[in-house]
Amino acid sequence: MAESIVKFLETWSPIDIVLIAQNFDRFLWGALTTLELTIISLLVGGILSIPLAIIRAGNNKILNAPVWLFTYVFRGTPLLVQTYLIYYGLGQFEWIRETFLWGPVLSQAWYCALIAFSLNTAAYTAELLRGSIVNTSRGEIEAAKACGFSRAMRMRRIVLPSAFRRALPAYSNEVIFMLHGSVVASTITIQDLLGVGRWLNGRYYLAYEGFITAAVLYFIIVLLVSRGFRLWEKHWLAHLYPQDAVKTKPKKGLASFRI
Amino acid sequence: MDLILEYQDQLLSGTWVTIKLALLSLLFAVFFGLIGAWAKLSKNIVAQKIAAAYTAIVRGVPDLVLILLVFFGGQELANSIGTLTGLWEYAEISQFAAGVGTIGVVFGGYMTETFRGAILAIPKGQIEAGVACGMSRITIFRRVIWPQMVVYALPGFSNNWLVQIKSTALVSVIGLQDVVYNGFVAGRSTRQLFTFMFAVLMIYLVLTAISDSGLRWLDKKYSKGIVRSDDG
Repeated sequence: MAESIVKFLETWSPIDIVLIAQNFDRFLWGALTTLELTIISLLVGGILSIPLAIIRAGNNKILNAPVWLFTYVFRGTPLLVQTYLIYYGLGQFEWIRETFLWGPVLSQAWYCALIAFSLNTAAYTAELLRGSIVNTSRGEIEAAKACGFSRAMRMRRIVLPSAFRRALPAYSNEVIFMLHGSVVASTITIQDLLGVGRWLNGRYYLAYEGFITAAVLYFIIVLLVSRGFRLWEKHWLAHLYPQDAVKTKPKKGLASFRI
Repeated sequence: MDLILEYQDQLLSGTWVTIKLALLSLLFAVFFGLIGAWAKLSKNIVAQKIAAAYTAIVRGVPDLVLILLVFFGGQELANSIGTLTGLWEYAEISQFAAGVGTIGVVFGGYMTETFRGAILAIPKGQIEAGVACGMSRITIFRRVIWPQMVVYALPGFSNNWLVQIKSTALVSVIGLQDVVYNGFVAGRSTRQLFTFMFAVLMIYLVLTAISDSGLRWLDKKYSKGIVRSDDG
């Protein structure tokens, strides 16, 4: 039975499904590399972005200018060029090649991709968070002031928890954007999901198989991520949604008065 | 700096390729976006389903994967169709065509959502009024929907464009001689990759800065007489 299926696929399928199945474990490893790169850069970038966002939302002009420049440059240029600049560019400088960081970190494609991705997502996330910090309702801050909260305490207890929640829908876009952006890793020799697809096509001289498999796996990952975020939003933003219509439905006799 | 001046011809011709690529694919994106928005809002269930699948795929799969698939797979497909039908012997898809087509289709998906939202923002009564006045569907689109849609779509459109112009860098991976590719080649032959990649970075920054201010100006111009709430 299994043999005849394989035989059927080998003769009739327009793409070589058997070959994909044989190399599927490599694709899974590639997917793992993609996820690893994405998740670690999101974590590092996310942690970096919090102080940056607070600075951008504040009034300190001396601190604000460099942070603005950082976010402007990283948001205004392609991730591919940023990654090339770090991976290929840093080697130009003698003094960088002589530091202790060169061997274990800066000459490694994986770390270079990680640095570029983290800085990139930090810039986008900082601007996104800044928006939601600035939009915190005035009343909440006034109430905190009236209770005698210091500025740091207001930020920690009032502004940030609510800003994080309100930034969640936009942040889910950033996560997917980063996942899409992580394909850049395959251009600097990293065997991520797309890297494996390119390897397969190069090795067996194929046109579709590797890319289609990578495309399908990326699609599945994006689908799962956006589903996950939707559930997360339901949980963390429940207080901002309109009340459930069924629960607050007025009694029949009163309905006509409630226009 | 002297080195960059020495290679300025390559960088400038690359920049020109990038600009052409970005603008042409924008044209395609707007075209696909309009068709997609029309399909999503139409009563035809098949059209709705196709449009939904289109936006889902385009937003789910990274653009570089699609560019590679179109460039290498499309070539193979064109050749097998050629041999199957006997119409042509050998077809070649250029890097530029693959780039324009793919980026156009991908951002058409993003434009679909932008345009759909913009059309939905137009009060339904106006379209009904158009129908009541005996306007044809094309006249309603031209006179009622389009002028207002442009205004509502502009913020989303600006965002898409700024992302799109950066996406064009990916086409260098399939060997299109755009600004990234030319900068990379120049940097490698002079062993000054940082200098050249930094120059490329600055070129992109100028391109996005110009588009940003241009779009802001357009937004100001078109949103005269429209009240926007601040917390949008």
